[in-house]
Formats: sequence, C-alpha cells, structure tokens
Amino acid sequence: MNHRPAALLALALAGTTLAIALPAGAATPAFTAERITLMTHDSFALSPEVLAGFTAATGVEVEILTAGDTGSMVNQAILAGDDPLADVIYGIDTTFLSRALDAGILEPYLSPALDAVPEALRLDPEGRATPIDYGDVCLNLDLEVFADGGLPRPETLDDLLRPELRDTLVVQDPSTSSPGLSFLLATIARYGEEGWRDYWAGLRANGVLVAADWSDAYFTHFSGGVNPGDRPIVVSYASSPVAEVIYADPRPATPPTAVMEDGCFRQVELAGVLRGTDAPAEARAFIDFLLSPEVQADIPLNMFVTPARTDIALPADYLAFTAVPAAPLTLDPARIGADRERWIEEWIETVLR
Amino acid sequence: MSRRAALLLALPPALFLAVFFAFPVLSIVALGVAPDGVPDPGALVRTWTSSSTLRVVAWTIGLALAATTLTLLAGLPAAWVFARFRFPGKRLLRALLTVPFVLPSVVVGAAFLALLGPRSPLNALLTAIAGPDAPQVRLDGTTIAILLASVFYNVAVVLRLVGGFWAHLDPRAEEAARVLGASPWRAFREVTWPLLRPAVLSAVSIVLLFTLTSFGIVLVLGGPGQATLEVEIWRRTALLLDLPAAAALSILQVGGVFLLLLASARAQERLAVAQRLRPAAETERAPRTRRERFVVGTVLAGLIALVGLPLLILVERSFAVGAGYGLTAWTTLGSLPQRAGLFVPPAEAIGNSLLFAFATLLVAGSLGLSAALAIGSRRGWLPQTFDALLMLPVGTSAVTVGFGFLVALGEPPLDLRTSILLIPLAHALVALPFVIRATAPVIRSIDPRLREAAAVLGASPGRAWREVDAPIVARAALVGAGFAFAISLGEFGATLFIARPATPTLPVAIYRLLGLPGPLPFAQAMALATILLVLTAISVLAIERLRGSGPSPF
Repeated sequence: MNHRPAALLALALAGTTLAIALPAGAATPAFTAERITLMTHDSFALSPEVLAGFTAATGVEVEILTAGDTGSMVNQAILAGDDPLADVIYGIDTTFLSRALDAGILEPYLSPALDAVPEALRLDPEGRATPIDYGDVCLNLDLEVFADGGLPRPETLDDLLRPELRDTLVVQDPSTSSPGLSFLLATIARYGEEGWRDYWAGLRANGVLVAADWSDAYFTHFSGGVNPGDRPIVVSYASSPVAEVIYADPRPATPPTAVMEDGCFRQVELAGVLRGTDAPAEARAFIDFLLSPEVQADIPLNMFVTPARTDIALPADYLAFTAVPAAPLTLDPARIGADRERWIEEWIETVLR
Repeated sequence: MSRRAALLLALPPALFLAVFFAFPVLSIVALGVAPDGVPDPGALVRTWTSSSTLRVVAWTIGLALAATTLTLLAGLPAAWVFARFRFPGKRLLRALLTVPFVLPSVVVGAAFLALLGPRSPLNALLTAIAGPDAPQVRLDGTTIAILLASVFYNVAVVLRLVGGFWAHLDPRAEEAARVLGASPWRAFREVTWPLLRPAVLSAVSIVLLFTLTSFGIVLVLGGPGQATLEVEIWRRTALLLDLPAAAALSILQVGGVFLLLLASARAQERLAVAQRLRPAAETERAPRTRRERFVVGTVLAGLIALVGLPLLILVERSFAVGAGYGLTAWTTLGSLPQRAGLFVPPAEAIGNSLLFAFATLLVAGSLGLSAALAIGSRRGWLPQTFDALLMLPVGTSAVTVGFGFLVALGEPPLDLRTSILLIPLAHALVALPFVIRATAPVIRSIDPRLREAAAVLGASPGRAWREVDAPIVARAALVGAGFAFAISLGEFGATLFIARPATPTLPVAIYRLLGLPGPLPFAQAMALATILLVLTAISVLAIERLRGSGPSPF
C-alpha cells in the first residue's frame, strides 16, 4: 500500500509535464506504444533536451530515421507503401508535397495547435500534412565585394543579367539539389511559363555557374565569409547569414553576407502521420509536440527556419541576422507536382546543353 | 576437392548473394519494368534508345576508358618499379598507395576540391609571386579533375595486380633476350608483356568496373551535365522516383558489368601461360646504374605526388581554422555539434565504424573463405560464372540495392529495412569479391604434390589438409578479412541509406559535417577524414605484414 501515493504523485507529475509539452486542448489519450519512429531528412535537428520532452511527457520513445534529402525521403516513404518505415514523417516540403499526397501515404490529422498557424501555410486543407515551419531560399551576397566602391549590389532578379555582374552567380543544379530546384521555381513564379527560359538563357550568357549541390556551391564557389570561392552571389537560404555569425570563431559582430530579398522562394515544411502505422495516437501526439511552443522556439537556431506558429518569440540572433522576405515567391504544390520534371528537363536544355 | 564438397561450400555465399542482392535488386527492377504487374518491354526499349540515355552511356564509357588508360599509364611504371627494385620504405609506400582505394568518395572529393579549387596551394603560390591579380588555375568542375581522382583511386589496383604478378616473373627470360641482342623495349614487348597480359587484363577489368560505376567523384568534382549512368540511376530513383527509367538503366548497367566480368575471366584463362613463378624477394634488386636510380626516383616521386598530396591536404585542412592553424577541430570532436544531422559527438563515429568493420570482417571473411575454397578448387565455366556473379554488387548502383532493400525486405520474418544489421550485411556484399580475390589464387597455387608427399608419408587426407593446406588457407583468409575490414571502414554509398543518426559511421559523419555551414564543421570533417586515413593505413599495413610475399595479388 505504501507505494501508491508515490505512484499517484508520479502520474500527476507526468500529467503536468504533458500539459506543458502538448498544446492546451489536446486530449491526453493513453499511449500504448513504447516507441515511435520519426522519418525525416538529413537536416533535421532539435536540441536533445527538447526532443527528450516528448518521452518525458508521453512515456513514448522516439527513434529517428534519416532518409537522405527531402526528395529521397518522400520517395522511400512511398516505396515502403502500406508497411511504413516509420510512424510519423517530418520535412516534406512545398516541392514534394503533391507527390506524397498523390501516393496516399499520409493520414489526415488536424492538430488543435493549428489555430496558431497562419492560413497561408496550411497547404493541405484536409490536414494530411501539418505545417511545422517555413524557410526561404534566397540569393546570398558577399558584402565585401558589394561594399562601397565594389561591384553594384543587385536588388532584383533582373539585376543579375547586368553585364557588370558577369561571372558572379553560382546556383545549384535543380535536377540534383533542393535549393537549386527552389530557385528555378522562383524564376518560374516570377517570369511565368513564357518567360523563365529566356531569363535563364540570359543568366547563361552572363556566365552563371552551376554546382551539383548546396555544399559545393556554398563552400567551394561562394566567396562570402571564410568560403574560398570567387563568386559573390550564391543561391542559399535566408538564414545563412546567421550561421555565418554563430558558427564563426571568433564571432563577427555582423554577418559578412546578406540576403537579397527579391527572388526568394518560400518552402513550407510539413509533418504527417504515415498511413499504416501501428501507433496513430502517438504519431498524432508527436505532431502536436512539433507544434508545441517549446519545439517551435527551438527550431530557428537548430534548423535555421522560421517556426509556423506566429505566437513564438524568435531568438535574438535569429531575429537580428535573418531577413524574412515580405513578399516571397511561391507556387501551388499541385502545379509543381505536375510540371516539375518537364521544367527540369527544359532547364537542362536551356542552361547545360 | 570433390564437386559435391565445392557445391556445399558455395551454398552459404550463394544464399547470401540471393537474399541480400539478387532478391532486392530484382524486386526494384520488377517494380519499374512491370508497375502494374504486366511487363512493358516497349518502355524499356524506349528508354534504352532515347537520345539522353545514349548520351549518358556514351559519356560513361568514354570517361571510363579515358580514366582506365590514364590509370594504366601511371600504374604500369609503378608496377615495374615495385616488381623489380628494392628500395627503403617499399612496404610502407605500397600500403600508403593502397589507402585511396578504400577512401569514401566524399573525402576524396573534398581533398581534390582543396587541391584543385580556388584556394589551392598552387593558387596561393601564384598569388604570392604575382600579387592578387595573378592568373589562377581552376580544375574543379572539369573532366580533368574527375580523371585525376580516378587515377588516384585506382592506381593501387594496377600496382597490386600487375606489380604483384610481375614480381614473380623470372627476370632471366628477359635477360636472355637482351644477351641475344634485343633492345630493352623489344625484350619487354616480346618476352615480358605476353606473360604479363593476364594480370594487366585483370587490372583493366577491375579499374573499368570502378570507373564505369563511379558516383560520388563525378557528382562532387564533375560539373553538371557530366552525369554518368550511375548518377542518372541515382537521380531517377532517389529524386524523381521514375522507376521504369531507373529499372531500364539498372538492367543496362548490371548486364554490361556482368558481360565485362565474364569476358575478362575468359580472356584471362585463354591468355594464361603456364610458367614457374619465383619468389618476389629473388627477382628484386637495388637500382644499379645512375640512370636506373633516376628512373626509379622519378616514378616514385610522381606516385608520391599523385597519391600523397591529396592525402596531405586533408590533414592540413583539419588544422586550418580561422586565419591560421589550430587544434580547435580536433579538440571539439568529442562534444555534441551545435546542429543538424549529427546527434552524437563526431568522435563516436570512430567506435561505430570499427564495430561495423569487425562485423563485416566476420561475415565477409567466413563467406568469402567458403566461396574461395569452392572457386579455387574447381575449374571451368561454373566457378567462373559464380565468381563474376559475386563481383556484381561492386558494379551495381548503391541506390538500386538500397531502394531494393526497401521494397524487398519488408515482409516478416525478414523486416530488416530499418535494422542496423543491414550495415555490415551491405558492407559484406561489397567486400566479398575482394576477400575471394585475396584468397582463391592462393588456394589455387598450393602444389598438389605437397599433399601427395604427405599422403605417401602416411598422413590421412584430413591430416594432409590440416598440415599442408590449412596454414596457407588460414593466412590467405586473414588477408581477405583484412580487406573486408578496410572496405567496410570506407564504404559510403550504401551506408548513407541505412545509417541511423545515432550510429553514424566515419564516412557518414564526414558527409554530414561537410553539409554544415561554417569553417569549424569543415575542419572537423577533415579531422575525421584524417582519422579514417590512419585507421585504413594501419589495417592495410597489417594486411601487408600478414600477406608476406605469397602470390596473392591483393
């Protein structure tokens, strides 16, 4: 009899933590699964103590399964079919959403925490995919080159065609790189089906360099910060300047790079419950957890993207050095799904052949 | 060995190959060829005959032929020097030259970018001499960079296969020709070359196999538009999920590789010349004339530059943090990185890699020995075909095997799709052919007269095997196991699909660090690459020591 009060106390405590970790209004169902598996992409990161909050609150452990980049992850989830590799998936983005939805690998779930998420981010009205965060793929500039007396600083996509900026831009191959594809989509969103090929023909004539992936473009060809390249304009992320500050040793007072606010492409990152999971309740609880204030506040400095909830205070470093473009470009996921491969083939014809 | 015993020994490796290679690859290919259960041969033919496929195939073959030719040009003089001359540090140098062979492509890519890219030592020198406006040499993104990296990777194959065999050729045949008035070139062409041909052919087929399927190097160093068949299969499978096209390309790749392997095995048997081999120690000598010393010195200096510079620059970059040099990258290896992809301190990858390498050693070592005993003791088309089949995983795209695991191994009781066990199994698949190549020739070379002599002296067949064969086989098996260990340390492609963030291997941790922004993760990646380098060098040195001077080419 002696242990009972202690057990009750523990239960009550567990209840409180749960109430903290999960957004108010979420029911607290009894969880039976010991462990769930989260399928995600290579860039997934959260502070370990924040991630441990889910286990503390629910008693359910989380095993992480990274499955390559976003496209590779979605394709693996589709191939696994009715017998999913994981219970919940995080990191599907605007570009690959329609493929995941068409393949029917996600179960609908409308999290109560979605109330705090703007309508514009909710790409699937049925709730098969829940927006968790968003980021912008933007051109980054090497400020040293574009300082006073240097090259004229580009402000718009059109500026990249100016002869003074010949041989200054490095982009990624959209057929192999996700930011590369985002930038291609930005130009399609801007110039339309009739004009984007001409724009790229112009970039080609002006000496655009195409790298295989983001690392190659940024670490090898870009000249900003400590990077060794000779190209002062690179396709990267709106948050890359933050990383240039907080990962430098010693830390500079201001970033050596800046974002060009025109021509950014917005990627929403979404999570979903995988169809065929043995632990649907736990998977839904994990989606609530991803939208909880603790995780949302932990996202910016771990993954360098902006949390989906609007009621989260962003870290000072993130606020200071990240430009969240006011009018980013975007395209309808269904249209991307339908035309992506044709666009890539046409891009190869225009730029590489 | 009886036919039955050989078949029995071949059974475990055959089963292993069937379950973990043939079944997954056939499953994913079937999904592409017959998405609705009905095969569509028309779609296959359309993919094969499309202009983009033809372009990719032509480029792949052209690149492979060019890389193989260059590798031979660099490797043959090296093979000659190592076969015929004695010089200090020979064993160490041979071990170091083998290290690139098992390095992961991410590491080699990073090294060549550092060596040939904008901030290369050469460019720093040019700037130091001629000021900031000095002309700069940039080779990254060019075909030259891919070719150089291919030679860097594969020169050890020529050195070991050709040089290993050359060392056992009797130099007196060539000397006799010289005495009779032949020029050195004519003596080589008419006496040595015909004897050497099978070994050269064997090296060419292996180098071709690697260059035809090279992936990471082409992706990192080649510019866009330089997609090889392997890159295209990866793109179609992992990025586009265009399984019909991926299946058509995979059939093309696996079929082509199989034909190449079979043709090479046949040709080697046809060209083989029966001869008495001599111990390597008896055929080597110190360079005598000044000219010989010059030639040997030049060849060795060239080799050291080709293989040593990329390795040295890796080490150098691990200390370059900020403006000068420091130990920051090394001292932070034990702490949790600030973000992304890596959920454990980078140093933990060392333990994981060693653990997986030991598991691979056990799996590939035992299966390989079993296969080598079967292949080495029989002749004819059956062991030849079996040998070629076991080599196939090396020539098959990692993404085909990885995605094949996904669709094939999901059924209970074998749901291995997310199991950590897949890592040593996938490594063993790639390591197996090397274990066999290190072991089977030794088994073949055991003089049957030794066994007969033992029998005459009254030993039972079991005892004769135990006393004559067993010690030789055991040593060869250890050498093979050592190769399995080294190959597992450096394996990257397959591991990337199945590694869990909590248990990264060294190559995976390096890859993750290279994807992070900022100078520190890059230096940390180079520090891990240096550790990988040292571990690999140690295992190759251990293999050298074990190997002694037997006739094993690897």
